[in-house]
Amino acid sequence: MSEALDLAGVSVAFSGRTLVPPLSFRVEPGEVVTVMGPSGSGKSTLLAFIGGFLDRAFTAEGSVRVGLQDITRLAPERRRVGILFQDDLLFPHLSVSENLAFGLPPGGSRSERRHRADEALREAGLAGFAERDPATLSGGQRARVALLRTLLAEPRALLLDEPFGKLDRALKAEIRAFVFAHARARRLPTLLVTHDPDDAEAAGGRVIELR
Amino acid sequence: MLRAAPALTLALFLAPIAAGLIGTLAPAFGILPALGRTTTSLDPWRTLLAAPGLLTSLTLTAAVGFAATLLSFALACGFCAWTANSPAVRRLERALAPLLATPHVAVAVGFAFLVAPSGWIARIVSPELTGWDRPPALVTVRDPAGLSLIAGLVLKEVPYLVLMMLAASSQGAARPLLAAARAMGYAPATAWAKVVLPALYRQIRLPVYAVLAFSLSTVEVGLILGPGNPPPLSVLALRWYQAPDLALTFPAAAASVLQLLLVAAAILVWRGGERLARILARPWCAGGVRRGGAAPLLAGAGVLALLSGALGFLSLAGLVLWSFTAEWRYPDALPGRWSLAPWQRFGGSTAPLANTLLVGALASLAAVALALACLENEARRRLRPGTQALWLLYLPLLVPQIAFLFGAQAALVRLRLDATLAAVVWAHLLFVLPYVFLSLADPYRALDPRFARIAAGLGSTPARVFWRVKLPILLRPVLVALAVGFAVSVGLYLPTLFAGAGRVATLTTEAVTLSSGADRRVVAVTVALQAALPLLAYGLALGLPALLHRNRAALR
Amino acid sequence: MRLPTLLALGLTALASLAHASLVQASLAHAAETRPWAEIAGRAKGQTVYWNAWGGDDRNNAYIAWVGEEVKKRYGVTLTHVKLADTAEAVTRVLAEKNAGRGEGGTVDLIWLNGANLASMKAGGLLHGPFTEALPNFKLVDTAGKPSTVIDFTLPVDGMASPWLMAQVVFVYDGARSKPADLPHSIPAMLEWSKRNPGRLTHPAVSNFLGATFLKQALSELAPDPAALQREATDAAFAAAAAPLFAWYDALRPTLWREGRDFPESGPAMRQLLADGEIDLMISFNPAEAVLGSANGLLPDTARATSLEKGTIGNTSFVAIPFNAANKEGAMVVANFLLEPEAQARAQDPTVIGLLTVLDPMRLPAGDKARFEAPLPPGMPRAEELGQPLLEPHPSWMTRLTAEWQRRYQR
Repeated sequence: MSEALDLAGVSVAFSGRTLVPPLSFRVEPGEVVTVMGPSGSGKSTLLAFIGGFLDRAFTAEGSVRVGLQDITRLAPERRRVGILFQDDLLFPHLSVSENLAFGLPPGGSRSERRHRADEALREAGLAGFAERDPATLSGGQRARVALLRTLLAEPRALLLDEPFGKLDRALKAEIRAFVFAHARARRLPTLLVTHDPDDAEAAGGRVIELR
Repeated sequence: MLRAAPALTLALFLAPIAAGLIGTLAPAFGILPALGRTTTSLDPWRTLLAAPGLLTSLTLTAAVGFAATLLSFALACGFCAWTANSPAVRRLERALAPLLATPHVAVAVGFAFLVAPSGWIARIVSPELTGWDRPPALVTVRDPAGLSLIAGLVLKEVPYLVLMMLAASSQGAARPLLAAARAMGYAPATAWAKVVLPALYRQIRLPVYAVLAFSLSTVEVGLILGPGNPPPLSVLALRWYQAPDLALTFPAAAASVLQLLLVAAAILVWRGGERLARILARPWCAGGVRRGGAAPLLAGAGVLALLSGALGFLSLAGLVLWSFTAEWRYPDALPGRWSLAPWQRFGGSTAPLANTLLVGALASLAAVALALACLENEARRRLRPGTQALWLLYLPLLVPQIAFLFGAQAALVRLRLDATLAAVVWAHLLFVLPYVFLSLADPYRALDPRFARIAAGLGSTPARVFWRVKLPILLRPVLVALAVGFAVSVGLYLPTLFAGAGRVATLTTEAVTLSSGADRRVVAVTVALQAALPLLAYGLALGLPALLHRNRAALR
Repeated sequence: MRLPTLLALGLTALASLAHASLVQASLAHAAETRPWAEIAGRAKGQTVYWNAWGGDDRNNAYIAWVGEEVKKRYGVTLTHVKLADTAEAVTRVLAEKNAGRGEGGTVDLIWLNGANLASMKAGGLLHGPFTEALPNFKLVDTAGKPSTVIDFTLPVDGMASPWLMAQVVFVYDGARSKPADLPHSIPAMLEWSKRNPGRLTHPAVSNFLGATFLKQALSELAPDPAALQREATDAAFAAAAAPLFAWYDALRPTLWREGRDFPESGPAMRQLLADGEIDLMISFNPAEAVLGSANGLLPDTARATSLEKGTIGNTSFVAIPFNAANKEGAMVVANFLLEPEAQARAQDPTVIGLLTVLDPMRLPAGDKARFEAPLPPGMPRAEELGQPLLEPHPSWMTRLTAEWQRRYQR
């Protein structure tokens, strides 16, 4: 069931200048690969390409596959690639459980969907938060809800765009562990971009350096 | 479908303006088949140029246009420099709404009553302080130099420019910039002028041009506050259009074309001024002077802005008093006899009220739908907004109404669309859409694009992202845009008149028709309603999100 | 793309297109010969859009009453399209003709006279002649009130139906001015204004009432009043206007604001009288003072007076545009306006106050009695008003306005 994320000859250029050099690598199910580099090195651009959000001003080459499927030309919503940013980006107009339900694939009765959201919250130690306004949650709670929402959408791969950058030191370790544990448990190929060597170390996988 | 949105929007816009300009240009060069004239001729221009006092009219018009725009801009700057630095004053910004919502005509009528020799101020101080038992022979309104016209325009344009400055997206980024400059020892107002204003000006340029164009070509305000002998150019053209002698349609059209040229030339001159200011401002910004003359100047402008706001409110207050008056003779400071009769008399005819609501609602809904379609198209196709599109959008605000409405009416007649509700809504759309688009564009573009990416990553189609994520988050700006559009629609006079063939009566057409009978009490009632409706709309726009999102701290 | 380029592009693209569609429809105008029963029959169920100045509440109320009556009696729905200026409707009909719309026009009936009537008639913008088809037209006092068939010296030719008579009066506030001090001739007015500087004005001459002020003075000062009834020639105008402008040159510095600015319209001038900025003003409605006090626009002490040598009078008409969609309904309304009941009501100084176009003496006793209400104090007495003077030929007004602007508009 679990599939790997494959990048073949992926490069991105901006007005003639190469931002991301040709890259080819494979992220195995349950593996976390880290892309490191300073600001402006094109890390986030690489994730935008994989997720399908690259601005038209960029020109990109190469292909991305999940398992056997080439997703390079698919619309973002059909790629089934989950993404987490530095900000949790919980939808401010929805409650916590509605945010989670937004991620759930369609189908099932209202109570079934509600039950799955509650179940996920309970597993994450957030039981009783279902009806809360996301704006009233702490940073750590919000980060966890954001990950749960992404996972409930049943992605085939996970992209992490400096998701721990805004957390304080103590929280950072906790959330990192939470995210990696969940990604591994679901055997998701996970690609992390960061400029923080601690993140790379905690991920414990291969590290690709961009300059 | 969505891809066609920008093209459709522009077509809705440009077609009537182009048709209107042709319909004005043709008679300006002697062509009007209905009067049996089918060959081109320069006679209309000869008549126009031979008109007594034309040169005075032109200089007056240009002087009023530039003076009103410069003053409004300076006062708005003074006010914004002040509020940016002192949060306490910022509460005053909320007081803008009534002045913004009230149509120009209303403020002009109220201001004329305030400052006339027999006006409210004279009534309050007379005869005890002045000995004026009869109104003094002072020329305080409709003065030949156009000072009262300038003042009346400034009263309305300062709140508009302040709103535009507050809405400009750089305002959010201004605070840290200001803090940094003040930390380096710059006086607050100097800091604002040197680090905030330059970026801010670029964003409010088109609104400033709109103010310039309006001040140069206003008909309604010119009729009430402008001198009459000779009048401003637009009033001159209107007098000819309304003359019983149909042959005067030709010089009227020529005057309209001249009005258009004047506005175009004025904008070019203003741009030249901008360039000059930029050359002079750079060394001034980099000169390092911490507390120069700019600070007291801006402070003075800020105080004047407050004063103009106070005058605006007094103007409206005087009208509200009139709406409850049976009789109010000079020199009584307050009405001698009060009465509800002006309001009761209005109660009999609700059609204008219903038409105002219907046209306002349809035009602002259509405008918001079109604006959202354009913005969503832009977001989905990841286009960068160009400045050309903005120019086109602003066209109805820059081209003088008198230069194209006569021609546009002819086009509507030809299409058999005149006198229909659809035509009036369309005509309103021309003037509503620019304001709606401007008020919506910034919040829409400022919405974090990662919300849409997250939602797509969760498997949502672009349509679902739009309806389920973007719209709910943007509920407040969308409703505010609706309210802005509604307020603009309520105040429109000439477009309603021309497109509706007079059959679609709104509060504003009633107000102007009734003010031709000069009954201040009846005008006051209509004007009070005119001001109340947009205020109500603003109230709903701010209140509904608070209610719907009462449990969502980030959106309240 | 810059603004000018854009405009140029749009214009060249559309110019040819527009020109092609400006083809004029040729229209034959026919006299109304159908019997009244047929007209009234077709009128039933029609909606008549009556374009009439809407600046006066009382007037609007009267028109609303007419609407109720014609609905009740003839099944015609009347909609008052309120105008700020009659020319709006004239321009609209012109725009429709320009667009080649020969029928289904948006204007069914217009309240007009003078230059508006003359230019619509000359421009082929009117339906008719139709007045002979109206049963009530025979009640009109065409002999005693010649302005009902000759408007501003031009024969109406049945293209418009008379409605009401207007006559110039001068309005003042009895609380501020004593009747004995008031001027009763044009030269006396100059002397009065010298004694009371800044207390007299007239509307801008581009306004019909402003032009009427000049015409009133001209009628009294012109060496040969008969010349005013013919089209003005250069020589005739020079001869007639010389004493007028000599008088006006002396008057102007004594006017409100030293004659440098003038109110935009009659109502704006009335506001000045109410506010106490002026003491004397011209009006075209003998009931102006009564009406003004009744609805609070003028103090209760407002009164009207006239001139010894008489004042100008004219007739208000209603006319039907050539392309009106509801001509029959419009004729029913025009006919109803001539009903003795409607005429008497309009003449009531608390309703409109303009004088009837009928001859009450020729009416049956019951209808005659309707016209015998006592006059309120604000009205000038009939002998004071006297027989109205005829309006000069329209060319005089055009020339007067132009000459005034040439002399005083800088």
